[in-house]
Amino acid sequence: MTILFYDKTFEGFLTAVFEVFEFKYQDVQIVHEGTFQNSFFAEPIEIITNSEKSDRVLKKLEKQLGKSGIQQMLYTFLSEDASREMVLLQVITYAVENPGKDILKDYSNSFVMQLSKFVKSVNRERHRMKAFIRFELLKDEIYFAEIFPDFDVLTLIITHFKNRYQDQKWLIYDSKRGYGVYYDLNVVEIISLENPIQFGESHKKELLHEKELNYQKLWIEYFDHTNIKERKNDKLHVQHVPKRYWKYLTEKKIL
Amino acid sequence: MDYDRVKEKLEILADAAKYDVSCSSSGGNRKNTNKGLGDSSSSGICHTYTEDGRCVSLLKILLTNFCIYDCAYCVTRKSNDIQRAAFTVEEVVDLTMNFYRRNYIEGLFLSSGIFKNADYTMERLVRVAKKLRLEHSFNGYIHLKSIPGASDELMREAGLYADRLSMNLEIPTESGLKLLAPDKDHQQMIKPMGFVKNEINLYKDERKKFKSTPKFAPAGQSTQMIVGASPETDLQIIQVADHFYKNFSMKRVYYSGYVPVSNDARLPGLGSQVPLVRENRLYQADWLMRFYGFKANEILAKNNPFLDLEVDPKLGWALRNITDFPVALQTASLEMILRVPGIGVKSAYKIVNARKFQNLTLEHLQKMGVATNRAKYFVVVANSNKNLIHLDSVHLKSLIVGDTKSKFENPFSNQTSLLNDDTFLR
Ligand code: SF4
Repeated sequence: MTILFYDKTFEGFLTAVFEVFEFKYQDVQIVHEGTFQNSFFAEPIEIITNSEKSDRVLKKLEKQLGKSGIQQMLYTFLSEDASREMVLLQVITYAVENPGKDILKDYSNSFVMQLSKFVKSVNRERHRMKAFIRFELLKDEIYFAEIFPDFDVLTLIITHFKNRYQDQKWLIYDSKRGYGVYYDLNVVEIISLENPIQFGESHKKELLHEKELNYQKLWIEYFDHTNIKERKNDKLHVQHVPKRYWKYLTEKKIL
Repeated sequence: MDYDRVKEKLEILADAAKYDVSCSSSGGNRKNTNKGLGDSSSSGICHTYTEDGRCVSLLKILLTNFCIYDCAYCVTRKSNDIQRAAFTVEEVVDLTMNFYRRNYIEGLFLSSGIFKNADYTMERLVRVAKKLRLEHSFNGYIHLKSIPGASDELMREAGLYADRLSMNLEIPTESGLKLLAPDKDHQQMIKPMGFVKNEINLYKDERKKFKSTPKFAPAGQSTQMIVGASPETDLQIIQVADHFYKNFSMKRVYYSGYVPVSNDARLPGLGSQVPLVRENRLYQADWLMRFYGFKANEILAKNNPFLDLEVDPKLGWALRNITDFPVALQTASLEMILRVPGIGVKSAYKIVNARKFQNLTLEHLQKMGVATNRAKYFVVVANSNKNLIHLDSVHLKSLIVGDTKSKFENPFSNQTSLLNDDTFLR
């Protein structure tokens, strides 16, 4: 068995895929840094990320599977699931074996099906972030939101927020992965905070703009009064707003 | 802004607006090209859900709950002894902007009790929308309620600033309306719908010629009917809905199970059950008409004018038309696959795609998200399907109802996801 390891980036992964086909590795496994265990049977080979190689893979796949095919692969990758490399490699191999066919529509293939499940989960998380992110206005006029998404979806929501909020500065920070995106009224940048602000509730109040809590209270009030108690249905409510997202939601706070 | 005062108003005016079930924010299609706030080109997001499981997408409030009318089914009716309040135009604008900035909402849904007269009220609603658009460069979603009897000029202006306009018929028949809303006139409600429809078409045609023509109510119009307040049958209700879809290019018809608001002898009394299952069945019938190619008269017939509460209308249709089954999935048309119980729109498309690669089995169907516990009785697949022997059985219905746990699905749960699911549009 051959083990290839790469640097955790999508480009790196695609470079590894390139090598698989270049060197016709048969019994091969692609893993990212830090995940493989030393094995008696295999000597891991380090893959040096190479954008020329990854681009070639992308181009070839795009020709066969379209833009949406590439997007589905990226989503699968961002799922960070332990089996993502295996599933992607299987699907790509299947594509290479069936040139000219849009094999991503072959839902009877179990790897294609698995991929479409990842795509679905990642997409759902992406939608949830668009929905559940709540900005708080800070003293320095930045609208700030902290997130802890199940999958690495922050880069997938940049355009959405950029289109929407052009006349206010905003920062969305993924505390789980330690990076954020910041819009300064001109461009969006990926940033990483040296000292992540301690966003414990008590501490944070000092950072908030003086008007902020007023609007939060108004929103909570609105949420309470838009509810029809004769129709109460907790099960449905939790199904739509799973409890693990409540920490995001202003309307679930007690102020 | 006096936050405490606004908070009091919000309590009253959100409470009074909540019975309008529409909260859709899709179809707005207004891009943020002016470096302003908001973009409704990808709207349709539910930012949260009420405790009754309804999507919260818009700030849904009344401008005021002062009303000169006395509609029996409405909390805001003038004879009701409740606290009254009114927002100023500025207050509504400020709330909308600040909620939007924090990503609480997709926009505003503004309705109102009728104070003084129709035009006076409509003019205020329009003023809010105009201010948001022109003074605050707001590109979020705006849904305005049309006030019955408002003048064409105001309706035209409303359409230029709003994404959606709606007029709630509430009571499907003229006689019912007379009984429960004596101040309202059926014609007065239908007329603005016709006007809006014509304007939408007019502006669309203009836009084909001149790109600079502004959009008129790009998200179209919608209406709502209350279910269970008056004695209309389901057949009457879906026929009215069908009529609206066909003749008024209505984007959505909403059904709202009557929530008792008084002990008026003309209506179900306080404490009576909200007819949620019936409401759910009506939504399903509505989807069948809009996405599955069913006609109103296929779903219900004169001699049987109420929807079966036990089975969904699609299964009901299949059971009545058993000779159209089984459906051979490998060769059947998409239209027919859509009619198989247990197969939704998404899976129907998946089937049509996947069968090019493979002869499909029940296992494949299951993986594609088909509810095989229903579909298995109705389809021919690649391997032998022994469930088909039940097709002619008189027990088929109880068999299916028995092994499908009667899962109560709230229609609102699907309301937006259905609208935004682009597989429907493909
Ligand atoms: S006119 Fe509208 S607000 Fe006034 S009572 Fe009738 S339904 Fe209610």
